[in-house]
Amino acid sequence: MSGVMKRMGMIFRAKANKALDRAEDPRETLDYSYQKQLELLQKVRRGVADVATSRKRLELQLNQLQSQSAKLEDQGRKALALGREDLAREALSRRAALQQQVTDLETQHSTLQGEEEKLTLAAQRLQAKVDAFRTKKETIKATYTAAQAQTRIGEAFSGISEEMGDVGLAIQRAEDKTAQLQARAGALDELMASGALDDPTGIAKDDLQAELDRLSGGTDVELELQRMKAELAGGPSSGQQAIEGGTSPSQSRQQPQDTPRFDKQ
Amino acid sequence: MIVRIMGEGQWKLTDSHFVELSKLDDELLAEMESGDEAGFHRTLGALLDAVRRLGEPLADDALEPSELILPSPDASLEEVREMLSDDGLIPG
Repeated sequence: MSGVMKRMGMIFRAKANKALDRAEDPRETLDYSYQKQLELLQKVRRGVADVATSRKRLELQLNQLQSQSAKLEDQGRKALALGREDLAREALSRRAALQQQVTDLETQHSTLQGEEEKLTLAAQRLQAKVDAFRTKKETIKATYTAAQAQTRIGEAFSGISEEMGDVGLAIQRAEDKTAQLQARAGALDELMASGALDDPTGIAKDDLQAELDRLSGGTDVELELQRMKAELAGGPSSGQQAIEGGTSPSQSRQQPQDTPRFDKQ
Repeated sequence: MIVRIMGEGQWKLTDSHFVELSKLDDELLAEMESGDEAGFHRTLGALLDAVRRLGEPLADDALEPSELILPSPDASLEEVREMLSDDGLIPG
């Protein structure tokens, strides 16, 4: 009984031999194979570009989700400072749901990054092999006599067709994985667009923010009144008691410094 | 003897290493046939490590066919089964 690696080796060789046997003139096989190699090389390069595009899209979504998560954390803190534990709880539970999405996306991101690296290496390897094959092909054709060339053609062709099979398989797998991840990324885009996930730009006000603004707005008015009264009475300002975060809504949307960012080009 | 690890490239090994690889290879086949996914991944990892440890990497522009071919480290048992079937996954 032969093991896995022996059998796989035989399968690859059988495929190469079958392709060679089909040709009447081996020189035609060489030219045809070279065309196929160039096509595959193009396909691999396109594959690398597709994977990179998907990866960048995921990075964008990750950044959006992370800033949304930071915003919710900030709102939770602010709500707590205003004595509204119910609002804080709501903000933090929304944040927990977002964090789950972030974790999923991070896993997908590292999968895509792995595929991208593998394909980039495969493209480099294939490029080197295609260049070597072109040189060998021209040498064989130049010195061609059927008997002597047959062996050399067989070797060169087997070497390159095996590489093509390997790289071809890698590109197929990457395409499958990318398609799956794109579908999930698309679903997330739809969620964001439908408002199921809050608008990460922070332009539209969510209900939590509106409530917080109302509360802190009221507090600001109270504080202002106290300050004015103190001024009129000639006493010291008591406006220093302003709670942290009870200022403008724009400040509540500031990013914390330790938010991880994906900025790989 | 030349061994290809799919997705990684080719390694040149001396025939004396063949005994060790062959033993692992037979184990891998048995695990694949019994459907032991965990054992399959463990043995495949050991086999790939042995090739990388004992072998000398072949230059990217070498045009030599491999005598033995191994699946990539992340290949599933099912994928390898497919590859070993008649018209398998392998393009060409």
